[in-house]
Amino acid sequence: MTEGRGAISRRNLLKSGAAGAAVAGSIGPGGVALAQAEAEMPPHARVNVKVNGADHSLDLDTRTTLLDALREHLKLTGTKKGCDHGQCGACTVIVDGRRINSCLTLAVMHEGAAVTTIEGLGTPDNLHPMQAAFVKHDGYQCGYCTPGQICSAVAVIEEIRAGIPSHVTQDIAGKPPLTTLEMRERMSGNICRCGAYSNIAEAMAEVAGVKA
Amino acid sequence: MRPFTYERATSAQAATAKAAATPGARFIAGGTNLLDLMKLEIETPTHLIDVNGLGFDRIDATEDGGLRVGALVLNTDLAADKRVRKDYAVLSRALVAGASGQLRNKATTAGNLLQRTRCPYFYDPNMPCNKRKPGSGCGAIGGFARQLAVIGTSDACIATHPGDMPVALRALDATVETIRPDGTTRAIPIADFHRLPGDTPHNETVLEKGELITAVTLPKPKKGRHIYRKVRDRASYAFALVSVAAVIGKDGQGVVAIGGVAPKPWRLDTADAALPEGAKAAAQRLFEGARPQPDNAFKLTLAERTIASVIAEARGA
Repeated sequence: MTEGRGAISRRNLLKSGAAGAAVAGSIGPGGVALAQAEAEMPPHARVNVKVNGADHSLDLDTRTTLLDALREHLKLTGTKKGCDHGQCGACTVIVDGRRINSCLTLAVMHEGAAVTTIEGLGTPDNLHPMQAAFVKHDGYQCGYCTPGQICSAVAVIEEIRAGIPSHVTQDIAGKPPLTTLEMRERMSGNICRCGAYSNIAEAMAEVAGVKA
Repeated sequence: MRPFTYERATSAQAATAKAAATPGARFIAGGTNLLDLMKLEIETPTHLIDVNGLGFDRIDATEDGGLRVGALVLNTDLAADKRVRKDYAVLSRALVAGASGQLRNKATTAGNLLQRTRCPYFYDPNMPCNKRKPGSGCGAIGGFARQLAVIGTSDACIATHPGDMPVALRALDATVETIRPDGTTRAIPIADFHRLPGDTPHNETVLEKGELITAVTLPKPKKGRHIYRKVRDRASYAFALVSVAAVIGKDGQGVVAIGGVAPKPWRLDTADAALPEGAKAAAQRLFEGARPQPDNAFKLTLAERTIASVIAEARGA
């Protein structure tokens, strides 16, 4: 990643979130001249968020995306970083009931928000119906895109039930039908390089209670 | 990403004053485009003013029978609004043809107007680009230009405006409402909002420093079939090669705006007047003086045929 390139020292980088967490193990914080580091410290801000029902108050480098806050600060590594540019959907989480790309939003912009990640949907002993359906229908191969696919899939069915139209909705003024055509179109922001799409569609159809 | 300070704005007036007085300040709302570009260090703001708390998130009826759409209304919510779906279907259609569900849940009305080009030379810092680095040249002219503009371009830039929503707004004669740092407001017709590149392709809109979009207003609904037809390399989640936003009656009278072909949503009164004569006549006027590249000359044919298809749908079925 390009975070901090040329603008701040490697020492500060150690203290500045994701990149820091990634290399801290190999360098160690022991040699940091604290006074100097603090003088050069990039701007921080505080944000209070509820994640999977638990309240958190985080003091973050303002550059920290919601994705990095979840993974590197809250250690919720279920949410994945794929492209980090909103193109692949691996980072999809549900914020205040809406699915979004957590890589394309700053954590500090979510004061008071309620975030649901894959860890909040279900647990290995108590799977969410969508998780169970993905297992049953083999809706993955390598599994990297799966948390994003599942968060998106859960939200997609809610979006259709809420009457939000899509590109394939014939009657734009009417209520969109809960069909596989609608679900497939709405899942276009989640890429699966293994190509498990047809099985994902079958898993969603089962949860939605429609014919695949 | 370069470091930046961050604040949550509490009033529009204070936000505009702060933006005007602070070098390197930018507003942020949805952030889906700005953050993408900040990660690539194409955008390098030193101060972000988060305007999400300013309350511009309502869609209200106007006195003259139109709608006033708050700047912060999300793409999803604008597309799903019952009044928009019934009376401004071309706008709903354009919105759901753009981006992905996740992005539409974050992207705002004002932010979509300000979306920057997806020209690959703008996105690649190793390439010359007059829009990204004024005076550095244009790598796209004579380069891979399949996605890029055929009309309204200059010797400095052939980038397209990538949006779908603004093309529908152009067909609907929308107006962009703003507040300026001195507290005055103004209403900018959508036709005048985006600039053509000329010698200064980095100046993309007529907004002044610190000026903040507060709403987009739609005049009372246009009669006729509302159609948005987008032609792209994938069936979903891809930018337009050509898109057509149209409101056309059974008699063939109406309006047509084209996306994917120019630095701004492309519409001409003379082309609207020629619509009853058919797609060829309209396209001739729309693309008079076009300067396509070898890679994108197909857009002229594609646009005419897409207009023909839209006219047939409007007049026939």
